[in-house]
Amino acid sequence: MDNANVTRRDFLYVASAGASAVGAALALWPFIDQMNPAADTLALKEVEFDLSPIVAGQIVTIEWQKKPVFVRRRTPEEIKAAEETPMADLKDPQTDKDRVQKPEWLILVATCTHLGCVPSKEMKGEFGGWLCPCHGSHYDTSGRIRKGPAPKNLAVPPYQFLSDTKVLIGAAPQSGGAAPAQHHG
Amino acid sequence: MAHGPSTYKPTNAFTRWLDSRLPIIRFLDDTMMQFPTPKNLNYWFTFGGILMIMLVVQIISGIVLAMHYVPHETLAFDSVERIMRDVNYGWLIRYIHSNGASFFFIAVYLHIFRGLYYGSYKAPREVLWLLGIVIYLLMMATGFLGYTLPWGQMSFWGATVITNFFSAIPFVGEAITQWLWGSFAVDNSTLQRFFSLHYLLPFVIAGVVILHIWALHVPGNNNPLGIDVKGPADTVPFHPYYTTKDGFAIAVFLLFFCYFVFFNPNFLGHADNYIPANRLVTPAHIVPEWYYLPLYAVLRSVPDKLFGVILMFGAIFVWALLPWLDTSRVRSNKFRPIMRQLFWILMFVIFILGYLGAQTADDSNLVFFGIELPIGKLLLAQIFTIYYFLHFLVITPLVGLLETPHPVPESISKAVLAKKGAASAASA
Repeated sequence: MDNANVTRRDFLYVASAGASAVGAALALWPFIDQMNPAADTLALKEVEFDLSPIVAGQIVTIEWQKKPVFVRRRTPEEIKAAEETPMADLKDPQTDKDRVQKPEWLILVATCTHLGCVPSKEMKGEFGGWLCPCHGSHYDTSGRIRKGPAPKNLAVPPYQFLSDTKVLIGAAPQSGGAAPAQHHG
Repeated sequence: MAHGPSTYKPTNAFTRWLDSRLPIIRFLDDTMMQFPTPKNLNYWFTFGGILMIMLVVQIISGIVLAMHYVPHETLAFDSVERIMRDVNYGWLIRYIHSNGASFFFIAVYLHIFRGLYYGSYKAPREVLWLLGIVIYLLMMATGFLGYTLPWGQMSFWGATVITNFFSAIPFVGEAITQWLWGSFAVDNSTLQRFFSLHYLLPFVIAGVVILHIWALHVPGNNNPLGIDVKGPADTVPFHPYYTTKDGFAIAVFLLFFCYFVFFNPNFLGHADNYIPANRLVTPAHIVPEWYYLPLYAVLRSVPDKLFGVILMFGAIFVWALLPWLDTSRVRSNKFRPIMRQLFWILMFVIFILGYLGAQTADDSNLVFFGIELPIGKLLLAQIFTIYYFLHFLVITPLVGLLETPHPVPESISKAVLAKKGAASAASA
């Protein structure tokens, strides 16, 4: 500040303009944040589900946090296929063990990691898991991406077995369970 | 061309009084009546006027629909059915609005391709062209938001797929999609904000249209010959010459529009959107509305999510570079023997991309009118996508430098008179 023409009044101008700019930016925030999930939306946290009616090979879709969730009772062949897949074949490498708490029960967020469609239960794709009807992503019997545009495996939600036939989706798993939620979107 | 001094003369005491206070009649007279316009505009130049009418049709029918529609996930679908069944003339107003969107896009595509053919994007009309791209993007957004509102299966899953484009953004993608949704998936909060924005954006479009017309009135209209206006002999006043020509074109266009509204109102839609939204099941074959299909094919042609989304937006963004990519000295393809053919090849490529965008998402061979072609759909989409970008980024700059254009006429007036002379000589 060696300029003799700089006055105390200039400082006031800059300070008041600066304070106004900061104030305007702060006032903007509520108008941006109002679009984020509201408290009642955030409250839809946990869903309890009874596994007993599901037979081996069956896939059931339930709703959790407004998202569809697949509960699949895998057959021994499906478990074997998932466990024996070499890591080198995977786009998003993850062992089957890291994706299930009990090998028989595969629980996944049923949202394709490409653009959010629900992969089809009827069309199982080239790897016996799921085929997404929108843009043709193939998932295997562990819900891992094998072919197509999706970048990630189907996400595993947090869940906890309350008993052999009851599962609580959205609850943090007890120690030694599957990897916690990976919301790939 | 710059318009000369205003020729408006107030004729009575009131207009004289108003003219010295708010010269709005003078403004309208200068811009919509006396405005000197090239005398050789053909019918491809009427789509601007048609688009203005369609914007007004959409705004009026939309305001009326909003009086009956309920933007709530449990009520939206039924409120649309109530409009169709119970509201007086509700069926008509909704069919006008839904088909109006399609016809708005038909007109905008013809308007854009006309600009491409006659070089309307070239200097000094770059800003006019860029504002046009902004309007087109706003139209795409508005059309998408509106398609969500009936809350049918296509509405819901279309909204899901499009909003998930933003999840491709590294690191913050998921936070952005949840912010857009107001939830962890497309939800009631999504529907309500989409309704609010669908009501807002048409007025934003109207604002940008005003800028677009302002940017048109500074250099004046391009014309089929692509040469500059040299003097008063080259122009006629906008009224009555082009008010009449545009008026006739609007009437013919609305005739086609009415055919669809009255006799084939669901032809351009998708039957699955009459199934209420179900968040647990995606329809086996989801397709966007026809006007997004070429872009959808570009998206699907890339096996990588982020790059697919980038390329899809790039397919529009490349238009914005066109004024600087086109190296030709000549505007109109009428005088560009090579570019003229490449233009039609581009039209064919866009058409085929649109066709591929409507096919199922597997890489089986293309079946065209019952004949299986020995080429996979995915590979075909990739070839056509690559060509699309090559056309703008490589072919256009090169052809502009290498091609020898035909000589352009000395003036619009001379060309028009020569054509008229040839015609009268032929008839004699």
